Amino acid sequence: MRYVATLLPLILIVAGLAVAGDIRAQRADAPVIRIEQGGACVAPTAEMRRNHMKMLVHQRDQTVRQGLRDPRFSLKNCVECHASRDTGSVLGKEGFCSSCHAFASVKIDCFECHSALRQGHAAAVPR
Amino acid sequence: MNPDRRQILGWGAAAAAGAVLAPAFRLVELAQARSPQEAASMLTRWGLLIDITKCVDCDECVTACHHENGVTRHGRLETDPQWIRSVKLRDKATGFAQTLPLMCQHCEHPPCVDVCPTGASFKRADGIVLVDKHTCIGCRYCVIACPFGARSFVHETLSDQKADVPRGKGTVESCTMCVQRVDRGETPACVVACNKDGGKAMVFGDLNDPAAEIHRRMHTEPSTQLRADLALDTGVRYQGL
Repeated sequence: MRYVATLLPLILIVAGLAVAGDIRAQRADAPVIRIEQGGACVAPTAEMRRNHMKMLVHQRDQTVRQGLRDPRFSLKNCVECHASRDTGSVLGKEGFCSSCHAFASVKIDCFECHSALRQGHAAAVPR
Repeated sequence: MNPDRRQILGWGAAAAAGAVLAPAFRLVELAQARSPQEAASMLTRWGLLIDITKCVDCDECVTACHHENGVTRHGRLETDPQWIRSVKLRDKATGFAQTLPLMCQHCEHPPCVDVCPTGASFKRADGIVLVDKHTCIGCRYCVIACPFGARSFVHETLSDQKADVPRGKGTVESCTMCVQRVDRGETPACVVACNKDGGKAMVFGDLNDPAAEIHRRMHTEPSTQLRADLALDTGVRYQGL
């Protein structure tokens, strides 16, 4: 009986945490990872998930400072493949960049200056 | 007949000169064709030559620049960015008026780079003066330091940037000599617009390339730098000023 008395609060706490976790998971939308042109990425998925930000920073400094414009690792090239077919953008509720970053709660400011639109799409949208 | 001592010394000197100069010619050749994987080279120095006598009172260069770089205006003169502007000069004594396009002069010794506290303002190896907006904190020291008033601060949130020309609120910007076009081997938008109707007031090219029109004209015709007294060695030169 004493065991039950000591275990019961523990069980309740664990159950409570599990429920809270469930609620939290429901509150945050799971990221939408819909890749329009799959299989053509510059690196394997696992490496891209972990290191895409390092690649972008490295390339950005080389491009701005030295004029090296390797098209493979450019942000423009990322957007070209990953922009949604519907909106032409990597931002928005189901945008490739924004949905994952919203889930991970990491703010990106790339697109305050850079265009988030696919090139062809940008030209098609009247301004 | 045996070659005399003087002749042998002459051959030796010629061979030595050849050995020294040959790599230099090779480097000049390399500087002309640049792939996207090749860094901007300090053997090149991009420049502009503007003949004001051919500059008519139009704003083709301004329109083309702002279109190419996605510089939009809000009708607020004090705060709207300007990458290039048309300046009127008038001789007070005679009333003689001239118009000239004024933009970043791409100095060899740029004051904007000297004063930048973060190193965001920099001169690329090929002489193009740029702002690295990733490190610009918007302090505007460079705006004050530039003797030509060439730099602008972006005051308002932007939303319709060009893919090749990222621009954003809180950073300083100026003429980039259309670096995105130059890196593709093209000519800046202002020069293309100026030459479209045969105006040909503007010439773009490599100041170090003896085969370039700009090099030839700058070595055979008179040209002036704005504020030459500051000894900034500007990459943009004017004729007929």
